[in-house]
Amino acid sequence: MCLAIPGKIVSVSGNDPLERMGKIDFGGILKEASLAYVPDARVGDYVIVHVGFALSKVDKAEAKKVFEYLKRMGELGELEERRT
Amino acid sequence: MSAQKPIEFSGACPIPISQYPQVLMAHGGGGRLMHQLIGKMFLAAFHNPLLDTQHDAAVAELTGKKIAFTTDSYVVRPMFFPGGDIGSMAVHGTVNDLAMAGARPLYLSSAFIIEEGLPMETLWKIVCSMRDAAKKCGVQIITGDTKVVDKGKGDGVFINTAGIGVIEHEQKIAPQNVRAGDAILVSGDVGRHGMAIMAVREGLEFESKIESDSAPVHEAVLKLLKAGIEIHCLRDLTRGGLTSALNEIAEAANRILLVEEKLIPVREDVHAACEILGLDPFQVACEGRFAAFVAAKDSKHALEILRADSSGTGACVIGKVTEERSADVFLKSAIGARRILDMASGEQLPRIC
Amino acid sequence: MKFLDEYRNGELAQQFAREIHRITTKPWNIMEICGGQTHAIVKFGIDELLPKKITLIHGPGCPVCVTPLEMIDKALEIAARPEVIFTSFGDMLRVPGSTTDLLSVKAGGGDVRIVYSPLDAVKFAEQNPAKEIVFFGVGFETTAPATALAIYQAAQKKLRNFSMLISHVLVPPAMEALLSSPNCRVQGFLAAGHVCAVMGYEEYFSIAKKYRVPIVVTGFEPLDILQGVLMTVQQLESGRAEVENQYSRAVRREGNQPAQDLIKKVFQVVPRKWRGVGEIPQSGLGLGDEYAAFDAEKKFGVADHHVEESADCQSGLVLQGQIKPHECPAFGEKCTPEHPLGATMVSSEGACAAYYRYRRMPDLIGAK
Repeated sequence: MCLAIPGKIVSVSGNDPLERMGKIDFGGILKEASLAYVPDARVGDYVIVHVGFALSKVDKAEAKKVFEYLKRMGELGELEERRT
Repeated sequence: MSAQKPIEFSGACPIPISQYPQVLMAHGGGGRLMHQLIGKMFLAAFHNPLLDTQHDAAVAELTGKKIAFTTDSYVVRPMFFPGGDIGSMAVHGTVNDLAMAGARPLYLSSAFIIEEGLPMETLWKIVCSMRDAAKKCGVQIITGDTKVVDKGKGDGVFINTAGIGVIEHEQKIAPQNVRAGDAILVSGDVGRHGMAIMAVREGLEFESKIESDSAPVHEAVLKLLKAGIEIHCLRDLTRGGLTSALNEIAEAANRILLVEEKLIPVREDVHAACEILGLDPFQVACEGRFAAFVAAKDSKHALEILRADSSGTGACVIGKVTEERSADVFLKSAIGARRILDMASGEQLPRIC
Repeated sequence: MKFLDEYRNGELAQQFAREIHRITTKPWNIMEICGGQTHAIVKFGIDELLPKKITLIHGPGCPVCVTPLEMIDKALEIAARPEVIFTSFGDMLRVPGSTTDLLSVKAGGGDVRIVYSPLDAVKFAEQNPAKEIVFFGVGFETTAPATALAIYQAAQKKLRNFSMLISHVLVPPAMEALLSSPNCRVQGFLAAGHVCAVMGYEEYFSIAKKYRVPIVVTGFEPLDILQGVLMTVQQLESGRAEVENQYSRAVRREGNQPAQDLIKKVFQVVPRKWRGVGEIPQSGLGLGDEYAAFDAEKKFGVADHHVEESADCQSGLVLQGQIKPHECPAFGEKCTPEHPLGATMVSSEGACAAYYRYRRMPDLIGAK
């Protein structure tokens, strides 16, 4: 569970950590979300938002790993093909 | 993109009935107040010789061809939204229904059911919007009706428009004429109107505005007909969106339709809004969009003609009608797998999982 | 949309699929326990890309449809009260209770409103001091931080006209309940990515070890799900039963600490009945004593109804992978999406509902 969408923080407001709110840009649509649970998230970071709450900061390095894995798989596959 | 700008209410166009800031029951009573409302608002805005006869029925001459006749009621909330309002929608919607039969729209009727207490200013804005939309479409509003209901029984205003158009071609445009091999086209990106309404709905609002695609499409259709495009069916995409329209045609034609997700245009902001709320853009309502089923040999030419018209700049071929006899619509998904594109059972609701 | 659309790449999806085909030598049953993942599988047709040897079983991952009948009936009773503005996520509106649903209550004059976030309900409470605002708090651990903060804020603002009907459910106890059933055929799990974004995945190590099942924390886009399946099959084929994290761009092993802290502060673990499955001990969240004033059940004194589940409903067996939906006698007859008997038909992504939609294409769902 379940429906949570990645968006980019474009502005932050609020002083109290639990009241921290951010304006999030989801592919052109702006919507406000609570940043209470991502205290280290800053403007420019991407967060995963579920029902108006950012639950996690997107780790950009980890995000590439799916594609790196696929690339390695593809290279291995080519090696296999060349061998046989 | 043919977005309708919201009516700017300036001092140059004052509300004609200044002594009554709100619509009263008496304005529907058949007496002096109602005549004042009709005269100063509807007649003044929609002014044309046929309407001005002020008879129980308008009498017009039509050329000796077939006529197309349609009706629709408009209950949209909120009444004013980015890209349009209930008034412009009431004109475009009925004009477009006529266009789907391949008719040239000529005349509209307009019946208002107004809730007691509706601000006169709001009614005037809607009427002006209808006047402007009708002018742009080249149609005249030649007859109408006015009723007022008790406060609480009406939700602002409901509008019904009926429309008459003439058929100036010989083609039979109907779902039953859809043939195996036909190309399926859409006139532009889908899902805008429904998301424009959702985006301003209390409890769901976004800070960015999504503009409705409410617009007339008859010019594009008439151009297709003029160019001799073999059109087997047309269907405007309204409630239920693309999915409903395709399923209705599949059922009526008893043919499997195959469309490709990658080919169906969706604007980025509509895509994002749908992702946030968990909605399927293919099931979201449109207002100024239609699907066309044309003979395969004409699909390239049809696309060129549509793209050259302001209401069809985003037109695309999205699929085809298959040989198979069954009332189903299949979608080739973004990852190349096949799934059934089902109609939504009721209103699509935002989800959390 | 960045970090979303690129995970829907068709060519790369096909590449994962080819690899899964290459390494699969035996039949495997893999369950995903998340409505969002089920939705993606159905929407993109992911199971069509998989070898026939792999069976994806759709688990009870939709908190909306596992919400017990009693809870829905309580919601309906509260929503019908004239002084109440009843707020809810959209997907709850069509879920049938014993006799009716929230949409019908709305049609009958109840003030029922869809909100995107529980914070919207708190706003309504501030804007409508003369009304009682009630929020229907359903969802897995993913949603609990949201409802927790809404209640916390309502308490800070000293709102007297706000309360919640809480029906949160927890995933690990449900997994254990399924796995401990003697006839359970599930051999591997895709763990719900966003649940783990909140709770981390520490809890799954003991489950993987005890039941000897690989558990892969998985995301929601096609590439995520395909990679999650690949990682699970790799483990199954090599006899491993470990916990791995496919969704590492959003999930850390320890999860989200501030969210877990507030959940502990506001909620307590309670037994919870799962529609179509039965009561699972320690599988729900309810309001703790400190926030009892915000408990709608107490505030409105809704009697504890006891409602019998339909005897015809076999969703429990479907969820355990023991039968396929069309093998249930009620399927398509007494039980359809328009009048569902159990959780798996209630949601449009429930296993039975998904099968119903494809009933005219039996080869696509292996139903021959």
